[in-house]
Parts: sequence; C-alpha cells; structure tokens
Amino acid sequence: MEVPILKQGLYLIASIQAALSDVDLVHLRDALAEKVGKFRARGVIVDVTVLDVMDSFASRTLRDLAHMTRLRGAETVIVGIQPEVAFAMVQLGLTLEGVDTALDLEEGLAFLDKKTKRHTSRG
Amino acid sequence: MASEAVIPINSDIDVVAARQKGRELATELGFVSTDSTLLATAISELARNIIRYAKYGEILIVSVQSGDRVGITVVARDKGPGITNISLAMQDGFSTSGGLGLGLPGVKRMMDEFHLVSDANNGTKVTIKKWKR
Repeated sequence: MEVPILKQGLYLIASIQAALSDVDLVHLRDALAEKVGKFRARGVIVDVTVLDVMDSFASRTLRDLAHMTRLRGAETVIVGIQPEVAFAMVQLGLTLEGVDTALDLEEGLAFLDKKTKRHTSRG
Repeated sequence: MASEAVIPINSDIDVVAARQKGRELATELGFVSTDSTLLATAISELARNIIRYAKYGEILIVSVQSGDRVGITVVARDKGPGITNISLAMQDGFSTSGGLGLGLPGVKRMMDEFHLVSDANNGTKVTIKKWKR
C-alpha cells in the first residue's frame, strides 16, 4: 500500500494510512529522498500514528530515511509513535537514535519551523 | 475455546499477516493493549528472522490454558541453516550491530517464556509464550 506524500509549503508530509510491508517502507524512504529534491523541501514529516507495530526493520528504515533526507538538505521528524509502540521499541532496544521525533503532526510542524528557521538565519 | 492459526512465512507481506493474527487472538482473549503490542512485535521479529535467514517457514499461534491462566504460545519454525552460535545470538548488542542481529534478546524480554532450539540439520524453532495479565 502506497503512502500518500503531501506538499505543504517547504515541507513534505507522509501520512501512513495502514500497516506497511517492508517493500512499502523502502518505497516510502526512496520516494521521500527523491521528492525532497523535486520539491526543494526543507523538512519532512512522517506520521506513523496508525502503525501498531514498529519492529527492527521499520525502525531501521525510518532511521535511514531521516539520514538520507538530511544528506539531501531536509530535516525529518517522525510523529505519532503510540505509547505501547514506544514501550515495545524500547524493549527491543530500538531507540531511533539520531532521529528527531515529535508527539503529533502539530508538534512536528512547530519543530520543523524552529529547526529550518535556524538553518536559514545562519545561511 | 482453543484457537489455533498457522501462517506460512514466505514474503514480507506474511510478516504483517502473522503479527496481525497474533494481535487479533490477543485482543480476543482480552489481553491488555500493551501486551497485544508486545506480542505482535515479537511475532514480527520472529517472522522477519525466518525470511532473512531461512527464506521460508511458518508461524503457529495457539491459545493456551493452564488452570485459570490464559495465554498465547507462538512457535516460529524453519528448515533454514540454523543458528551456529546461540549464545552470541542471545547477546544484547549483537542485535543492534549493523542491523544483522536476530533481535532475539529483545523478543525474550518482551515475553514471559522463551525457548530456542536450533541446529544445522533441523533448522530453527523459537517458542514464546505470553500470559494474560
């Protein structure tokens, strides 16, 4: 199942709608890395609110996604990790180290606004 | 009320099917949501190991009863190459090193019972159990 990617201003928002297979996740990762260039996006939000399981592959793919988009010049923030999912991730030793997260879409947007503004003022 | 499901594991889509089946049964038995998530995540990891190391295998999900306790047993088995160094596979950091690990210590942590049998001739069989709280 393909994840719709919406463009909003300088940001891309990928809103996961249902459980994803490994192939779907890899596709999302690659599509975002490509679209960051196409739309000259400065930020990416991946909304995982509906995901009821985040296993090692999903965590690793999201981490790769965040690092790939950063290398392309855009910041990524993962939003909507559910409390039970967070608990299971910690039990598994999956901490998403080096990846920014926020509570929900609203917080994710606020986070990106702050982060990309800082970069702009420096440049 | 014994309920049983066998899910053949041949592709990444089966990983999703297996964990959804596990969650379904857990919900049916009245597991708290946190425990259903732990069970589904553990099944996901075991199914993933089957695909990564053995290419195909199966996952058996059964409801169990012991006295007035209700639980779920999951058996993940394959005829793959087996785990040559079980103590290494059960070491914690091994699972996070370069993404090549089996995630087995994490699965063990999430479950109430964990049993692993593996050798080169018979493949790998992981049995896990979670009791309803």
